[in-house]
Amino acid sequence: MSLDIWMRENPLTYIWLGSYAVAFLIFAVEVAMVRHKRKITLQQVRLLCNAGDDE
Amino acid sequence: MAINWFKYSAPTTFYGLAGKLIPWFGVSAAILAAIALYIGFYVAPTDAIQGEFYRIIFIHVPASILSMFLYLIMAGYAALGLIFKTRLSSMMATAIAPTGALFAFISLWTGALWGKPMWGAWWMWDARLTSELILLFLYLGFIALHASIDDPRRADRAAALLAIVGSVNVPIIYFSVKWWNTLHQGSTIKFSGTSMHVAMQQAMFTMLVACWLYAIAVALMRVRSIILERERNTTWISELPEVKL
Repeated sequence: MSLDIWMRENPLTYIWLGSYAVAFLIFAVEVAMVRHKRKITLQQVRLLCNAGDDE
Repeated sequence: MAINWFKYSAPTTFYGLAGKLIPWFGVSAAILAAIALYIGFYVAPTDAIQGEFYRIIFIHVPASILSMFLYLIMAGYAALGLIFKTRLSSMMATAIAPTGALFAFISLWTGALWGKPMWGAWWMWDARLTSELILLFLYLGFIALHASIDDPRRADRAAALLAIVGSVNVPIIYFSVKWWNTLHQGSTIKFSGTSMHVAMQQAMFTMLVACWLYAIAVALMRVRSIILERERNTTWISELPEVKL
C-alpha cells in the first residue's frame, strides 16, 4: 500500500530507479562479464600456445 | 569496389572485422541512448492519461522488439549452421542468445513496473505477457541445452533444433493482442500511422536504434571469445597479436 502511494507521488524516481537504472545495470554487468570472459579465454589460449612451444 | 561478403563468413576473417566494428557500435549506442533519454525525459510531453508512467515505454518497447528480433536472428543463424554446417553461424547463434534473454527479461521487468500503476498488478497471465515469458524460457533453454553438451558441434545441432521450433512463439507474441482479448494494449505504431506525439516517437526510435547497436556490439564481443575458444588449436589463433603478448 505504501509503495502505491510512493510511486504515485514520485513517478519519475519510480521509473528511473525501477526500470532505467535496472536496465542500464544489466547492460553494464553483461559488458563486464563478456570482457571478463574474453580475458579468461585469451589467458587459456596463451597458456595452450606456450605449452605447445615448450614441447 | 565490390565487397566479398562471403570472405567474412569464415571465423578467420570475421574475428578481425568484429574487433574493428565493436567500438563504433558501442560508442554509437551510448550516444544514441543519451539522446533518447534526453528527448524522452525533457522534450516529450506528459501523457494525458498515464501521466509520467508512460515514459517506461522508451525502454520497454525497444527491449520487447529486440527480444523478438534477436530470437529470429538467433534461430536464423542456428538454421544456417544446421543446414550448411557453417561454423560462424552456430557461433553467432550462441553469442546472441544471452543478450536476447536479457532483453526479454528487461521487457518483462519494465512491463511489470508499468503494469503496477496502470493495471494495479505486477503480473497478469495475459496472452502477451505469458508468450513473452515463454520466449525468455526458450532463450534460457537454448543456453542451457548448448552448455549441457560437451561437443560444440553436437551442442550446436541440438540447440539449433530448439531455436527453430521455438521461433513459432515470436508471431504468437506479436499477434497475441489481436488474436486474444488481452489486457495489454495493442500496437501504438502501425503501418497505417500513429497517434503518438512526435517527440515520443523520436525518443522511442532513437532508443530502439541504440539497443540494436548495443546488442550487435555485445554479440560481436561474445562471438570473438567463442571463436578464440573453439579455434584455439589452429595456427591463425596462435599468430594473433593479442595471443602472442
